[in-house]
Amino acid sequence: MKFRHLVLVPLLTLLPLSACSSDGQELTVVAAASLTETFEELATEFEKEHDGVEVTFSFGSSTTLAEQAIEGAPGDVLATADEKSMLTARDGDALAKDPTEFATNRLVIVVPAGNPAQITGLADLAGTDWVRCDDEVPCGRLALTLLSANQVAADPVSREIDVKATLAKVVENEADAGLVYATDAASAGDAVETIEIAGSEGELNRYFITPLVQDDSDGLAQEWIDFLASETGQRILTEAGFGKPE
Amino acid sequence: MKDPLGRPPARLLVPAALATLLLLVPLVALVVSTPWSLLGEQLASRDLRLALWLSVLTATVAMLVCLVIGLPLAWVLARLEFPGRGLLRALVTVPLVLPPVAAGVALMAAFGRNGLVGAPLRELTGLTLPYSTAGVVLAHTFVSLPFVVLAIEGALRSARKEYDAAAATLGATRWWAFRTVTVPLAMPGILAGMMLGWARSIGEFGATITFAGNYPGTTQTMPSLIYVSMNSNPEAARSLALVLLVFSVAVLVLLRDRWLATP
Repeated sequence: MKFRHLVLVPLLTLLPLSACSSDGQELTVVAAASLTETFEELATEFEKEHDGVEVTFSFGSSTTLAEQAIEGAPGDVLATADEKSMLTARDGDALAKDPTEFATNRLVIVVPAGNPAQITGLADLAGTDWVRCDDEVPCGRLALTLLSANQVAADPVSREIDVKATLAKVVENEADAGLVYATDAASAGDAVETIEIAGSEGELNRYFITPLVQDDSDGLAQEWIDFLASETGQRILTEAGFGKPE
Repeated sequence: MKDPLGRPPARLLVPAALATLLLLVPLVALVVSTPWSLLGEQLASRDLRLALWLSVLTATVAMLVCLVIGLPLAWVLARLEFPGRGLLRALVTVPLVLPPVAAGVALMAAFGRNGLVGAPLRELTGLTLPYSTAGVVLAHTFVSLPFVVLAIEGALRSARKEYDAAAATLGATRWWAFRTVTVPLAMPGILAGMMLGWARSIGEFGATITFAGNYPGTTQTMPSLIYVSMNSNPEAARSLALVLLVFSVAVLVLLRDRWLATP
């Protein structure tokens, strides 16, 4: 019985963990999966300009992130890959300000290096093992719009849960082609080849950003949003394949 | 009713009550928060019927595959002495600790169209497992096999080896003893293992979506449908989850009453 209090010792060692954020400032950015590499690069630059600031991320599908923001998930800034999820978050009273558009993205076809199925456009997809996002996520809805605009009725072999999963299938050469964002195609480098889709410029995906009501970053959230519009921010976004806001 | 052993101690009853609450509260919350008005519309949807049927089909086939290959493996583990038996048992438990998505990645590396086994298979037969219902069954079998093997191994161990020996003195071959003595004695454990495996398959998401993909009718199981619905329509996802919950519990309770009458 005299050792009973020993169980407290491991618990006490956990205490410092809960207080460690007090010495430096932290900014938590909740962002669409398609922003992963770009935002990580932006964070490196942002941290250089802001001493002692640490940027942490939570990436996922825009709709899921909007839902989580409404449920009070921790985060200071929300960046979505479409307007609809941002409106969902606004209707759920999760936003501290009106959202602003900061970038656009377009859909492209990616094929594994060497293009094993000899695909040159949407019309060649029928009969191949190609993949796209599910109808329920933004990149899937955009794919459906473009397919019908180009009067192509090809069925995918799989409707992946997000754009990264779609890209992964092509990078791993487990699919002959996939419909992903231009930025995802750029991030995959030489592992894939990119084919433009006719009319994609007219069906842009618009990216929105805004601070959340649970923002406790002491103004860092707004500085992050301003940073995206700065010269450095715009350069990194353009290099990653993003287009200018409309 | 007075228990001759005395009052049950509070330090056992309180944690037991906590455990019960932890299991119960989320389920009650799901039932309470489900928009019942949507349920009728949900039940009529084609995607739901396809996904529920596919879940039942693949979980049942996977359970039978687990039985056909898992029962012999459990027998080997329970009855044979050989070097590396501990290692083999550890291997069986690997899918239990592996995150399901990692299991899907591993399956892709093995049976994908460029996989270790998948590439030669495709070259020889033209068959590929990803994006097919067979791929879903494979993913389910991989994650459910440990449940089946470990449950059956336990049952075979409690159907003691001495009974095999008694059968042998009466002239039974080892195969005959297995069929007529060991399996009947272990039957409740074997059925419990099959049910565990079936339940695990019904809930399987990560390995399936990573390895087999997501397409209505061929690879979209209930958990995948719930996940993609969560993206656009969380209320629909809740009622889908409720449908799966009620269905699975009903099946398990029915099977339990039918096969496993426990006092």
